[in-house]
Amino acid sequence: MSTAAPETGPVQVTGEVLSVKKAGAYQHLTMVAPGVAERFRPGTFVTLAVGGPLSATTLRRSLPVHRARPTGAYGGTVECVFAVEDAATSWLAGAPAGTPLDVVGPLGRPYALPKEPVTCVLVGDGCASAPLFPLAERLRERSCVVHMLLGAATESALFGALEARRATRGVVVTTGDGSVGLRGGVVDALSDLLTRVQADVVYAAGPPDVLHGVARAAEAHGAWSQTAVDVPDGCGTGLCLGCVLPVVGEDGVTRMVRACAEGPVFRGDRVRWRDLGTVPADARGAS
Amino acid sequence: MTEVDLATDLGGLAMASPVMTAAGCGGRELAAYTDLTALGALVTRTVTLDARAGSPPPRVVETPGGVVSAVGLQNPGLQGFLSTDLPWLAQRRVRTVVSISAGSLAEYGELARRLATAPGVDAVEVHLEVSDAHQTGKAVHVVRRDLPHGVPVLAKLGAGGDVVGLARAAVDNGADAVVVTQGFPALVIDPRTLRPTLGAGRGLLTGPAVLPLALRCVWDVHEALPEVPVVGAGGVRTGFDALAMLLAGATAVQLGSVLLHDPAAAGRVTRELADELARRDLKSAADATGLAHQQPEGSSR
Repeated sequence: MSTAAPETGPVQVTGEVLSVKKAGAYQHLTMVAPGVAERFRPGTFVTLAVGGPLSATTLRRSLPVHRARPTGAYGGTVECVFAVEDAATSWLAGAPAGTPLDVVGPLGRPYALPKEPVTCVLVGDGCASAPLFPLAERLRERSCVVHMLLGAATESALFGALEARRATRGVVVTTGDGSVGLRGGVVDALSDLLTRVQADVVYAAGPPDVLHGVARAAEAHGAWSQTAVDVPDGCGTGLCLGCVLPVVGEDGVTRMVRACAEGPVFRGDRVRWRDLGTVPADARGAS
Repeated sequence: MTEVDLATDLGGLAMASPVMTAAGCGGRELAAYTDLTALGALVTRTVTLDARAGSPPPRVVETPGGVVSAVGLQNPGLQGFLSTDLPWLAQRRVRTVVSISAGSLAEYGELARRLATAPGVDAVEVHLEVSDAHQTGKAVHVVRRDLPHGVPVLAKLGAGGDVVGLARAAVDNGADAVVVTQGFPALVIDPRTLRPTLGAGRGLLTGPAVLPLALRCVWDVHEALPEVPVVGAGGVRTGFDALAMLLAGATAVQLGSVLLHDPAAAGRVTRELADELARRDLKSAADATGLAHQQPEGSSR
């Protein structure tokens, strides 16, 4: 069953789990979701209804897309990487092949791609780096020079370091405990990397403190930044207004905008990172 | 199976079916997933005179069988609504109920007067934040007074009050129908911070968990005021849930949190409702309204 949809924009389909494989500290989910892959652009995400038909779970789970294949032996497939954190992700991790999945996607605004062949640094923390890989592919198709900076607390929590070596000009790895690569976080290593490769654009995905650090470092180096925030559990379609954050518009006015609809990708210098979790007094409509 | 007539008259609002969206859970966002023109009516996000930035996040928290939420009526204000959402809906001929809320009677009056001249307003729903009969009556009175007679006024009763008393106050002051419920006053505590999870602290519980509570509200209002059209809202997920609302006394139902879960739910619930009616040889949705209040034949209860 699939609902009628225009050529672009999201579709809702009943797909199914093809496989869930362990990938280090994470789960790598491949699902059949016809129509979603065709519309996919890097940075967009899908939402899933979890728990099966007997579940009274209301909110959908949002997962950034790691890979989308429009055609294949099973029709269009979409791949996502996630960590088991609660009952919903645990259900998903244990879902056997063939489990029906209500999938909506692709949702949200993708990463903006440069028109010129520029030098890009892609920064990811933990499995949040998953959507950077299809982005790297698109950037290389545009003759961009792509570097990647991947980090995690420990070696086992890194995602995609091997694949990154194939997909990019150069890879820098950081771990909090120094077990592999540079000791520290990705933000600690970013400034040097930006100087060394003369980056024009920084693309990032990760928790807010990492994205904030990326946006600051990019600004200090005169580079653009495109940051993808995490979309919390909710509707994913823009109805519930549960995922808002303060973002400064072209007109200089701060608005509470939806991570799922106006994001998840924002210009790093537009997000009021220090004010996340609040409604700033000067936000439009704040009393 | 019987051909079922879903056409519904809700206090003067002619609808193709009794299935509506609830305020804040239906809008342009749904157009990619469902045919908005097939809805009984779409109720807009609640509009206030001036823009509101809403409550700080988190605004929506999942609980067993539902969600507790406090969005704080984030909206672009009446002017923003009149220049963006309303024309979009009107152009597509979506049957539109505009939900409004105000902090004073003067603001209610101004909202009503400005909506009175806006094209595409099929009805107005007064989102009542208080569960006080006197204030409910006054707000409804002002809105009714300042809207043309052809535009029905729905009163969405405040959460947590005496539902029959509130319904009576609304109807006595000109409401053409009452909407119950907004949800039920609720709280969630965060295991990490040991403080209320929601940014606003207090919230309302909605979702499947509240369906029996909402049914009881519909039942009580219909029993006390059988002539008053009631819209049942709270936890409806399936065609039978919708039918149950009708049987308890509702003329129409509103879908809320189910639309967060499944953006195509309105079409599905409408089809399922038609099937549920047909299976029971009920020829129309109107025939089902209040049926559960009738004593079964031969019953001595």
